[in-house]
Amino acid sequence: MLRLEKRPQPSRLWTYATPPLAVVITMIAGAALFAALGKDPVEAIATIFWKPLFGEFSFYYRPQLLIKAAPLILIAIGLSLGFRAGIWNIGAEGQYIIGALAGAGVALALYPLESRIVFPLMVIAGALGGWAWAMIPALLKVRFGTNEILVSLMLVYVAEQLLAAMALGLMKNPEGRGFPGSRNLREYDSAHNADIIAGTGMHWGVAAAVIAVIAAYILLSRHSLGFHIRLAGQAPRAARFAGVRPGRLVIFCLGVAGALAGLAGMFEVAGPAGQISIDFNVGYGFTAIIVAFLGRLHPVGIGLAGLLMALTYIGGEMAQSTLGLPAAAIQLFQGMLLFFLLAVDLLTNYRIRLHKREAV
Amino acid sequence: MGAIDPALLLAAIIVAATPILLAALGELVVERAGVLNLGVEGMMITGAICGFAVAVNSGSPALGFVAAAGGGAVLALLFAVLTQVALANQVASGLALTLFGLGLSSLLGQGYQGIKPPPVPRLDLGPLSDLPFLGRVLFSHDLMAYLALALVAVVWAVLKYTRAGLILRAVGENHDAAHALGYKVVRVRVLAILFGGACAGLGGAYISLIRVPQWTEGMTSGAGWIALALVVFASWKAGRVLLGAWLFGGVTVLQLNLQAAGLAIPVEYLSMSPYLITILVLVIMARDKSRAPASLGRVFHASQ
Repeated sequence: MLRLEKRPQPSRLWTYATPPLAVVITMIAGAALFAALGKDPVEAIATIFWKPLFGEFSFYYRPQLLIKAAPLILIAIGLSLGFRAGIWNIGAEGQYIIGALAGAGVALALYPLESRIVFPLMVIAGALGGWAWAMIPALLKVRFGTNEILVSLMLVYVAEQLLAAMALGLMKNPEGRGFPGSRNLREYDSAHNADIIAGTGMHWGVAAAVIAVIAAYILLSRHSLGFHIRLAGQAPRAARFAGVRPGRLVIFCLGVAGALAGLAGMFEVAGPAGQISIDFNVGYGFTAIIVAFLGRLHPVGIGLAGLLMALTYIGGEMAQSTLGLPAAAIQLFQGMLLFFLLAVDLLTNYRIRLHKREAV
Repeated sequence: MGAIDPALLLAAIIVAATPILLAALGELVVERAGVLNLGVEGMMITGAICGFAVAVNSGSPALGFVAAAGGGAVLALLFAVLTQVALANQVASGLALTLFGLGLSSLLGQGYQGIKPPPVPRLDLGPLSDLPFLGRVLFSHDLMAYLALALVAVVWAVLKYTRAGLILRAVGENHDAAHALGYKVVRVRVLAILFGGACAGLGGAYISLIRVPQWTEGMTSGAGWIALALVVFASWKAGRVLLGAWLFGGVTVLQLNLQAAGLAIPVEYLSMSPYLITILVLVIMARDKSRAPASLGRVFHASQ
């Protein structure tokens, strides 16, 4: 019979091998799902994973890849720091919304001033907005010991309502003929988060994501704070003896995650989305949780996982228009990925032994 | 404001409280067994669409509720396999369950938008239902609302007075000791998880079949998470779950009534209130940490 045996140390091989394995299993299960929906499974998988990169219209889709991956990577990098330390911020979606509201708020307040100072101010406001929203669960946890999972998640719903209130009220475009939604920031040159190199999709959010990956890598591998984060997650008692103060770690991890999510929201509203509208948020904050795990909470892994996840978004849209695959199927596909990843993770920490039942 | 009938208001509170009551009771049992399942929202929404689809196709709300419980339990089984067999992290697995359930439900729900489900009859309790005030408040609900109340008593009694309840609590408080005594930790937990899934499914179906009643994507809108908060609020006690559910039901109904009354506050700010109240309650209850099952969220493997 099969028996599990705990490994003395997590297997290095499987640490690297499980994410690709999970992707492959998800592709197989996804193909079965698409077949059950009456679509050609091979065609559907090819449309999602191959055509956006190498197909006929890849010149259009490749820039989209960066545009979609940037917010995912930015948010996931922040989340991964907390996840490593056992601090579960799952309200990144809310922090993303508040960052966008703060960034757009600054731009709309300064409109129609054309100046170089506008965009940097928006960046600061976006980061501060997300940071402040994440400080609510952080401070409540440190001060009262509340559960940060539930508080940060509740604040997503609050942020969504706030977004709706802003899109219909305070931030509504006065020249919008009564339609909900703010002015389009893409038509406001000083506030527009344009491509750094035109036509590549390489906007400032992409640059920020690259910087975040590098900074997180240095933090985790070279800085004592990064060591404390890892220690707190792996051995909380040892961490306390080593002088790690859990409260400060909570504030730091949630703060960074909030600021990065806020930045992601701000870059999104100033560029690809263009305006504050009721349906501005599309779930990046939740998908980023999958990205963080798929990347094994490692900055470089998260970068790769973010690109892969962005691919499923773009390929999913493509499959929607060409094959009529429902959007929900893609959402389900992404959910399955996390499932399989967690399941095959067993191989990292345990050995599966075939062994005969023997008398005790 | 004078237009609000207090009897209708109280009756509406009971209806609004039932879904979170069901889901929270299920989660209470799961957590007392030492497992933290954050997938309540995903199981609720899956139950909501399973119940809705079956009720519409069969014409029978009762079958719908059975299907909802089944759907919730099947999803919970995935969680059980992940956390009890594959020994995955419970927080991450619960989140995965919610993300998966949201996707699954919107896929299953295609083509069900804008349809009305078969109506669920109100129970006619004869003269009781005709009582002037209490009749409307207490004695004119559907069967599920009463079943939910009965379930509170059942869960309370089973946990407190039966051997099965004692074993469940032992597993939740100290799984190593329970294992040493010869109890099947994994089996108890899997059963508890399945029960939690079925309850969450029923709660979801109560929303889609009775409370709203129609199907829209993401219609549980955080009810599963509120149910999780409710368990903390209740200090893991069945009786207090009921109190908490009524409190949250009251807040929900009150803000809906204020919206309808056309207050000067924009609707969005009123809609925030259940979530803000949840946070407030979590802050107040956070001081009382003693009641949480000691093995909550810890991975059990017989080798350790």
